[in-house]
Amino acid sequence: MSLVARTLEAAGLPTVIIGSALDVVKHCGVPRFVFTDFPLGNPCGPPDRRDVQRAVIELALGLLSGAEKPRTTVRAPFDWHDPEWRGRYGRVDPAKRERLRQLGDQRRARVADRKSRYGM
Amino acid sequence: MAAEVAAAMTPSNEPVRYMERTRRYYRALGYEQDYVWAHYADVPFARLAKPLADCRIALVTTASPLTAVRADGSVAKQVWSGSVSPPPESLFTDNVAWDKESTHTRDRESFLPIETAGLLAREGRFAGLAAHFHGVPTEYSQRKTLIDDAPQVLSRLRADGADAAILCPL
Repeated sequence: MSLVARTLEAAGLPTVIIGSALDVVKHCGVPRFVFTDFPLGNPCGPPDRRDVQRAVIELALGLLSGAEKPRTTVRAPFDWHDPEWRGRYGRVDPAKRERLRQLGDQRRARVADRKSRYGM
Repeated sequence: MAAEVAAAMTPSNEPVRYMERTRRYYRALGYEQDYVWAHYADVPFARLAKPLADCRIALVTTASPLTAVRADGSVAKQVWSGSVSPPPESLFTDNVAWDKESTHTRDRESFLPIETAGLLAREGRFAGLAAHFHGVPTEYSQRKTLIDDAPQVLSRLRADGADAAILCPL
């Protein structure tokens, strides 16, 4: 999505990204970024929390009108309710290495099959 | 091994290092080459051409329509658009990477906030949502995103008269 933001911006259309992968977005370099420190999946706020979602969009609108230069980033002042979430995504459990290797083999076979069927 | 596990953990309150996490995970899956994330020294920047209150704003997501799922369970990845009125009840998100253990995507507003943004527009913060939101499923190929998908999104935004875009990757 960072690449989309850059393309739109280069064509003169202002953008703001609302996202939770701070390192990925900053590494790419985007014009405006609202960083929400939540698990990937709910960049605009926890499910059913309209108050947080509203505040996050307001931050994005503020950046659209107020940012003065590219790479302007603000961190939304909200914490996820479960402090244990940071350790879960993409973790590699040493006891499950063999299982992960099998999953990888299955994934490679699936991708090869799709390529042969759909050319993508 | 314990040191390796400890190194993969992120201290509390520090943003998760997704690039490092993803490299380790894909190595464990047996991939030999690390993914190379896009990186640029220069960043384009455009200012709003008129006050925010007069701007029509479009939303962009990485989710797919429920109809993108093929009979064999695979998913067609392509740029797509949907109406904001009425907004879709739910979208398909299983094919993109997010933390499926820590949360869920059953509340569409948590990743594509059409109703909340619409409310802010009605309160006068901006002129209104563009008639369509747009979907750009995340692609492994940066070349495809740059050559095919991003220009398509631009063209669809222009056709809708959007003055700016809020992009919400899952």
